[in-house]
Amino acid sequence: MLELAIGIILGCCALGAGMAMIAGIGPGIGEGNAVAKACEAIGRQPESKGAVTTTMLMGCAIAETTGLYALVIAILLIFLAPGRLVNILLSSIA
Amino acid sequence: MKVKSRRFMAVDILYILLMVLPMVCGIILQILTKPPTEGIEIAGARIFFTIPMPLQDLPITESQVNSFLVVLTILGFALFITHGISVEGGSRRQIIAEWIVEVTDNMVNTNMGEYFAAFAPFVAGIMALSALSSLMSLLGLYPPTSDMNIVGGWALLVFVLITYYKGKCGPIVYMKSFTEPAALLTPLNVISEIATPVSMAFRHYGNILSGTVISVLLAAGLQGVSNMIFGWLPGFLGEFGWLRIGIPAVLSLYFDIFSGCLQAFIFAMLTMLYISGAFPQDEFERRQRLKLEKQKTIK
Repeated sequence: MLELAIGIILGCCALGAGMAMIAGIGPGIGEGNAVAKACEAIGRQPESKGAVTTTMLMGCAIAETTGLYALVIAILLIFLAPGRLVNILLSSIA
Repeated sequence: MKVKSRRFMAVDILYILLMVLPMVCGIILQILTKPPTEGIEIAGARIFFTIPMPLQDLPITESQVNSFLVVLTILGFALFITHGISVEGGSRRQIIAEWIVEVTDNMVNTNMGEYFAAFAPFVAGIMALSALSSLMSLLGLYPPTSDMNIVGGWALLVFVLITYYKGKCGPIVYMKSFTEPAALLTPLNVISEIATPVSMAFRHYGNILSGTVISVLLAAGLQGVSNMIFGWLPGFLGEFGWLRIGIPAVLSLYFDIFSGCLQAFIFAMLTMLYISGAFPQDEFERRQRLKLEKQKTIK
């Protein structure tokens, strides 16, 4: 029974980490849009390449934030949560 | 070109040593204290020792030690590059130093405005600290920026500065800034105020850490593939990860060099934008004008 409980904890942590990374879709679409528009802008005005590139990198970094939140949560779920949850389970039994 | 005196050269060598020795010390410390690991694993910063404190024990970790080594290196670099500068100019290092100062001054002026011109050293310092901390992984050391606590500390410092400049016109203006554009949005504004340092810290930490994790996963995968291909070779030749030579360097070019420098730039940029955005410029100028008029009428 205990093995089953620990197995469920580990499996659910892995599933949660995988589901958290669905958030990677959003930043992907957003950054793709940003880069596409930046390419258009450079094509229209090649002399403003430097300013456009800098602004695009800034915007990409900010658009990335939500994806990175998901990444941090996924990493916590994989590396930190299983041990802690198993400890809670064991201490509640004992 | 005048001949450098012996004393000048000696001080120069001292500064170069101050610049290089911290990194060498870090590598030696790594070799001495790191236990041999079985295979490939992803681990946090190692704890060297803990200092007992009244509320909670204070662990001295690898990331703290490494970030102080970075600070020492930057100090040595700054001392070396500004050693023997003169009004006439002429030496090569003075040109580099002047270029660095000019670039940061320009950046701060265009992004923050005249009022914040004194922020240039702070911005340059935080950029150099962040970039060098991330680039430390090239030497095989633990990069301090892949530790949440270090980056969180920087973000907290920025948050203190933001709050200071937001409250520059007194507490009433500070409180009122949360009710913009409508009083209904106050809770959301408070949340977004707290989210600023959290998102700054997470952005930097997440980017560097994701690079580390992907590099380690790639190395592990290449080890497995090379074991599969070269496993029939006898002894050491079969166990050695032949595919791990060179191939991870391509990813490292992006994750260690490009991403590290880009994140440093973005952290400095966001610092500038948030601080100058928090400052109520119009209100401050109006008060300054009123004060001047009052002084004139008194006279």
